[in-house]
Amino acid sequence: MANVQTPDALLVKQYVGGDESALSTLIDRHQSKIYGFIYSKISDRDITDDIFQDTFIKVIKTLKSNSYNEEGKFLPWVMRIAHNLIIDHFRRNKKMPMFRETEEFSIFSIMTDNAMTIENQLITDQVEKDLRKIIEELPHDQKEVLMMRIYQDLSFKEISELTGVSINTALGRMRYALMNLRKVIEKHQIILTN
Amino acid sequence: MAKIYSKKTLVNTAMKPKKETVSFLLNYSKALSFIKVGKMNIETIAN
Repeated sequence: MANVQTPDALLVKQYVGGDESALSTLIDRHQSKIYGFIYSKISDRDITDDIFQDTFIKVIKTLKSNSYNEEGKFLPWVMRIAHNLIIDHFRRNKKMPMFRETEEFSIFSIMTDNAMTIENQLITDQVEKDLRKIIEELPHDQKEVLMMRIYQDLSFKEISELTGVSINTALGRMRYALMNLRKVIEKHQIILTN
Repeated sequence: MAKIYSKKTLVNTAMKPKKETVSFLLNYSKALSFIKVGKMNIETIAN
């Protein structure tokens, strides 16, 4: 005996007419295709279940409110709803993307810890200390300008006002301060890099 | 034996949603009804 399957269109009609079992048949008939389609895009069972559920909630609402037009076929229509919900899902998650670790992709290739290691921190502290020591050796007027410019972040105009010298003099003192620093660093072969 | 370099396909036609999901949908469908008031369609859920 030939296995005659009730067409989708007839089942939809029966469901709209109040036959709840028709929906069960429709879900049973198409669930693996729709579920597989969603899973192929999402790759997560739980989210796939959620989208599958939302898809059929839309289907149920549309059918029950008599908003479904029979122009298209049932399955492509449901697939389109699922497709739109998948797009919505990705749009929502764009701001907070989720990455899964696979053989070809490691999460650590895009994640880095920018905090300094203990070793780097120690080196930085040492460099800072050495530099301060050298600055202390500079003549007072040069040291004053350099400290104000570098550590207090003052402009040369402000420095000239505070020290009572012209801007050009302040600039000149800064220049000499840097030249003297360089000389000391070269002379003692001090390495000031991290 | 020949090596297969293609990636495993993610589409698995045997995949099915959880039983609870399908059961929820069927119950939701039974509980949902629309009442037509004039031009408006009001959605109601029976507890």
